[in-house]
Amino acid sequence: MSDLADYKKTERRDRVKKTAFNAFKYLMLGIWGVIVLFPFYWMVLTSIKSYSAYNSEYIPKFFTLYPTLQNYAEAFSAVPLARYFLNTLIFTVVTTCLMLVVITLAAFAFARLNFRGKRLAFTLLLSLMMIPNELVIITNFVTITDLNLRNTFMGLILPSVTSVFYIYLLKENFAQVPDELYYAAKVDGTSDFKYLTRVLIPICSPTLVTIIILKVIECWNSYVWPRLITDDENLFLVSNGIQAIRENGFGRENIPAMMAAVVVISVPLIALFLVFRKKIMEGVSRGGLKG
Amino acid sequence: MEKQSKKAWLYLLPAAAFLGLFMVYPLIDVFVYSFEEGYNSASQTFFGVGGYNYAYVLRDPYFLQALKNTFLLVIITVPLSTGLALIISLGLSSIKALKNLFQTIYFLPYVTNTLAVGLVFMILFKKTPYTEGLINLMITWFGGKGVDFIDGPYWAKLFVLSFYTIWIVMPFKILILTSALASVDETYYNAARMDGATGLRLFTRITLPMISPMIFYLVITGFIGAFKAYSDAVALFGTDLNAAEMNTIVGYIYDMLYGNSGGYPSYASAAAIILFTIVLTITCINLMISKKHVHY
Repeated sequence: MSDLADYKKTERRDRVKKTAFNAFKYLMLGIWGVIVLFPFYWMVLTSIKSYSAYNSEYIPKFFTLYPTLQNYAEAFSAVPLARYFLNTLIFTVVTTCLMLVVITLAAFAFARLNFRGKRLAFTLLLSLMMIPNELVIITNFVTITDLNLRNTFMGLILPSVTSVFYIYLLKENFAQVPDELYYAAKVDGTSDFKYLTRVLIPICSPTLVTIIILKVIECWNSYVWPRLITDDENLFLVSNGIQAIRENGFGRENIPAMMAAVVVISVPLIALFLVFRKKIMEGVSRGGLKG
Repeated sequence: MEKQSKKAWLYLLPAAAFLGLFMVYPLIDVFVYSFEEGYNSASQTFFGVGGYNYAYVLRDPYFLQALKNTFLLVIITVPLSTGLALIISLGLSSIKALKNLFQTIYFLPYVTNTLAVGLVFMILFKKTPYTEGLINLMITWFGGKGVDFIDGPYWAKLFVLSFYTIWIVMPFKILILTSALASVDETYYNAARMDGATGLRLFTRITLPMISPMIFYLVITGFIGAFKAYSDAVALFGTDLNAAEMNTIVGYIYDMLYGNSGGYPSYASAAAIILFTIVLTITCINLMISKKHVHY
C-alpha cells in the first residue's frame, strides 16, 4: 500500500517538475520573442506619436493615447520617400528579371547540353562561389566609373545580374528532371529552347520562386553598392534614403517622422514574408545568407 | 557534338560575360592594384610596384582600430549567437503549442532592412538632452546609471553593435538548427532511453553529435559574416565610422575607396586582400577543427 502511495507521490512530483520546466521553456522563448518584436513595436509606436508629444517625453512612454498619421504625411512630403520607393522597385524588378534570364540559360547549358570544356567551366564556376564581394567591388567601382555609369540604373543593376550560387541551385534542380522527358520532347521535334521554356521551367518553378524571393529580399536591402555608385538623391534606394534621412533629413531631430519612414520601408518585406512564409524559410535554409 | 558545343556556349554567354567582367577580371585586378604604389585614380598612373600599400594599411591607425573592432565583434557575437540559437532551437523543437507563431516571430529580423531597423536600435539606446532613451530608463529601474550607447564610451558602443549583430543573425541560425534538430531520427532516442539514458546524456551523446555538422556550418558562416560586418555599424553610428571609433575592416575598405577620405583604390585593395587572407585562414582552421570533432 505504501509502495503505491510512494509511486503516486513520485509521479505527481514528476508531473509538477515537468510542468514547471515547460513553463520555464515558454518563458524563455517568450522573452526572446519580446526582444525580437520590441524594436518593431517601438518603431510603430514612435511613428504615431506627434512631434511635440515625443519631444516632451523626457521619460519615454510605452503607449500613446493620441495617435496621429501626421508623421507619415511628413515622411512623404519632406523627403522624396516615394522616389526612393520607386527606385528600389525598379531596381529590384529589373535586376531580378535579368538575373532569371541569365541564370536559367546558364543552368540549362550545364544541366542538359554537352559541350567541350563543360567540366572545367563548371569547376571554375563553383570556385567563384568562394569569392567574397568585398574583393571584387573595388574594381567594379572603378569599371562602372570609367564607363560613365555612375548615377545610372545601369550602373546599379549590371554587377548584380548574375549569381553563381543560384546558377548552381537551378542546375541541380534541372538535372533532377528525368532524361526521358528530354528524349520524348526531342522525338516530337521540340527544340532545346522550347523544351526549356515549356517543360523545364514549369517543372522547376518552385526553385525559381525561391530564387526570386531571395533575390528580392537581397535587392530591397542592398546598401553598399548603391551607396558607392549613387550620390544623386534622385537615384537613391530605400537603404540609402534612410541613411540620408538620418544624416540630414527632417532636421535631424524629428524622430517620429524618421520612424514613419522606417515603418513604410519595412512593411513591404514583412508583408511578403507573411504571405510566403513557408517558401521563404525553406528557401533561406537551402541557401540564403544575410549579407 | 560540335553543333551542340556552339549552342551550349551561346546559352552560357550572358552568364560568362557578366561573371568575366564583374568577378574574374576584378579578382585579378584587385591583386594588381594592391601592388601598384602611388596609384592616382585621376590620371590612372602609378610609379612603382611593391608592398608599400600593405605596409601603409598595416600601419594606419584607422585600419588597426577597424581590425580590433572587427575581431572583438567576431569573438563576441559568433559564440554567443550560436549558443543562444542552439538553446532557443532546443526549446522550440520540444514544444508543440505556439511553435509556428514563435518560429514566424523569430524569423522577422531576417526580412528587415538592416539600415532601417538599425535606426530604431539607435533611438532605443541613444541618450540625448531631450530624453534618456528607453534602454537607459530600464537601466535606471534596476538602479544602474545611464550611459550614451551611441556617442559614449567604447565598451558601450561595442555592446550595442554586438547586440544588434546578434539580433540580425539569429533568424538564420535558429532556422538551420531547428531543421537540423527535426531531422534527428527518433529511433536513436528511443534506443538510448531503453538503455536508461536521460536528459543531459541524451543531449551530449545523441543530439549534439547528430547536429554537429550544422553547428560547424553555422560557426564557419558566422565567422565569415561577422568579419564582413559593416552595414549594421553604419546603421547605428552613421557613415563616419572612423570618427565614431567603430569602423570595421569592410568599412575601412569602402572609406578608402569612396567618401571623404576616399580615392585610394590601392589601399582599399590591399585592405581587401588582408581581409580575405584572414577569413581564409580562419575558415581553414575551422575546417581542420571540424574534421576532428564533427561526426558525419
